[in-house]
Amino acid sequence: MRNFFDEMHGADGELRPAYAAIAQWLAETPPEVLQTKREEAERLFRRVGITFAVYSEGGSDTERLIPFDIIPRVLDADEWGLLERGLKQRVAALNRFLTDAYGPREIVKAGIFSNEHIDTHPAYCKQMQGVAVPGGIYTHIAGIDLVRTGVNDFYVLEDNCRTPSGVSYMLENRAVMMRLFPELFARVGVAPVARYPQDLLATLRSLSPADDEEPCVVVLTPGQYNSAYYEHSFLADEMGVELAEGQDLLVVGKHVYMRTTAGPKRVHVIYRRIDDDFLDPLVFRPDSALGVPGLMEAYREGHVALANAPGAGLADDKAIYMHVPEMIRFYLGEEPILKNVPTWDCANEGALAYVLDHLEELVVKETRGSGGYGMLVGPHANKKTRDAFAKKLRRNPSAYVAQPTLALSTCPTFAGEEAAARHVDLRPFVLSGANGVRIVPGGLTRVALQDGSLVVNSSQGGGTKDTWVLHTNGNGKGAR
Amino acid sequence: MLSRAADALFWLARYMERIDNLARLIEAAQSMAGVSSEAEEWRSALAAAGVDELYDEAYSEITPDSAARFLCNGTNPSSIINCIANARINARAMRTSLTRDMWEAVNQGWIESRVLQERHFSPAVLPETLDWVRQLSTRFTGAYETTMLRSDSYWFVRLGAALERADNTARILDVKYHLLLPRESSGVGGMLDYYQWTSVLRAVSAVRAYQWLYREEVKPWNVAEMMILRPEMPRSLRSCYDTITLCLDELAKSHGGRRGECHRMAGSIAAELRFGRISDIFQTGLHETLTVHIDRARELGDQISNLYMR
Repeated sequence: MRNFFDEMHGADGELRPAYAAIAQWLAETPPEVLQTKREEAERLFRRVGITFAVYSEGGSDTERLIPFDIIPRVLDADEWGLLERGLKQRVAALNRFLTDAYGPREIVKAGIFSNEHIDTHPAYCKQMQGVAVPGGIYTHIAGIDLVRTGVNDFYVLEDNCRTPSGVSYMLENRAVMMRLFPELFARVGVAPVARYPQDLLATLRSLSPADDEEPCVVVLTPGQYNSAYYEHSFLADEMGVELAEGQDLLVVGKHVYMRTTAGPKRVHVIYRRIDDDFLDPLVFRPDSALGVPGLMEAYREGHVALANAPGAGLADDKAIYMHVPEMIRFYLGEEPILKNVPTWDCANEGALAYVLDHLEELVVKETRGSGGYGMLVGPHANKKTRDAFAKKLRRNPSAYVAQPTLALSTCPTFAGEEAAARHVDLRPFVLSGANGVRIVPGGLTRVALQDGSLVVNSSQGGGTKDTWVLHTNGNGKGAR
Repeated sequence: MLSRAADALFWLARYMERIDNLARLIEAAQSMAGVSSEAEEWRSALAAAGVDELYDEAYSEITPDSAARFLCNGTNPSSIINCIANARINARAMRTSLTRDMWEAVNQGWIESRVLQERHFSPAVLPETLDWVRQLSTRFTGAYETTMLRSDSYWFVRLGAALERADNTARILDVKYHLLLPRESSGVGGMLDYYQWTSVLRAVSAVRAYQWLYREEVKPWNVAEMMILRPEMPRSLRSCYDTITLCLDELAKSHGGRRGECHRMAGSIAAELRFGRISDIFQTGLHETLTVHIDRARELGDQISNLYMR
């Protein structure tokens, strides 16, 4: 049995100050009350319709709730300060890298990457090579997945520069917690997260190509059958902008318009929540009905801004991820604040040999995979599974990277009768606009609800928690 | 606003209005049990809902139970349950145009509709289920009336509800029109006629209103006048078209004065209803008049769509 860092009790079992109020609250609240509150939370989520769609499993109930845990996860002001600095630094470097990869390729000249490494990448978007994007920003909304292993040990697990989702859960989780436990918020000074939609809108508006006009921003969704549709509509609503589908937009004379009851209206900024491949059938997949014909030409002409920029997914790849610390040194001349998980690129022969020798202690992931699928968690797999995976690995080594299994921190989580330690990760959201970087204090905490499980993905039995960033480092008493 | 949003709101309101009308139609048919020919009563209810032909494809004979189930649930695409599902699809497609109260009314109704089982449509439980349906429709109306900003979205919702209601009133009257014609042989004022006219009134929840307006026994021309021409009756064609022209005028205002064929049509129908006389309508033929109204309601819907929803 390994020892995990518990965010409430540390490694030594002593209550950490950030959790003082939570511990007291848990001690004085009977489990029945927590159970009642948990059920009430579920009713609230369902009534508001915060669901995600599951179609693969068949059955009539295609709209699911992501399980919500009512015990918040707490970070104190210092911890958050460290994360905030680290996130700003990392996203700045990622944006510099993307601008460089689609521009002069200084990083290739410096010998960190080869041209081939970039050009042959599936998420590399050749249509973006040499296109000047507004403000030199590719990933305006980035979700950086973090895990923790000790008091000051935060690792970046994954960068999501393409179209990260989950922010609506951050906001709704908080809203539900405030409704269920107002007395708890009165006791603890928690930094609010509710300004995220305004921050997002300010970020998007800063990208508008029209200086002389009120910018018209829309959210572009694939439609109500998309698994993240709730989030798309939620964000459009919170920002007070139109939620458009491809069929609502049209391009005339290299400008984008939306079809309104009063005729066509010019659109300046599109927060697109559809994948690159579906954006414009004239440039990408010709069979796509989700996008807008002519959109890319309007974009290249600078008549409309897209957030995030097409091709931003290049930075999400695990084979690129390995080199982010070098990028930070190269572009910013700084030492990385957030750690990278050591990663073996199986494309490299020496690394492959090491990985095959140490399968029982490593996590092996597909380079392009996401959602926790197609991975091997060595320590949890039996020999048969490992041998089968080794075969796949030898057949196509460049499709895989391997990392050590991290001792993910745990947080108290309501497990039916009492609070029990469960593993968590954290996805904060970083907004980069032409007028600066904005990070709302908090993020989406995902929790593996099964005892001992390290997989937090909602598609595989994970849940979410409200994430509290304290105004202070103590128990919040006397905080504003 | 987006054309697609206008379309979704318009249809959302129509579906939520339609379930109310369907529930009343079923209640009216039920109230005739034991009074007149049940088969005839239910056939007229099915016809008013526009699903009599579909019904005949699915069943060989009409029984109150199978007709009621068909109108509530089952394979019928315009059933109450399917209307609720369609309302939610439209609501979900344009959630951002709905207030939270509106969405919660529709979504909650949909969630509740999904746990309904066969027994909820059985004769013993059906009245309770229909109460729930009418409450759902009322909750939705209350939600938009009390929470929506008076912007284009609001006028499209009201427009959809008013047009749907006009269509339903015309249909209900039309399938019962033969009852409204004075019949010499069967003895006007007989017990049977009294029940049947009352059932028409019940279908538009106007039994009490009739007494307040006319203070005399139920007479066919009064019933027709009340449901076609009286401005005090919220379900009369006159009231509905007053609302329709109001909504269209508001939309024209917010669209820089832009008007279309729908404005001309609605204005013309509203004027006819405003200055019409029930004796003239009976002279032209009640059935003929109502058929024209049903056709024009469909045409008006198309014209609204032409101007705003493409």
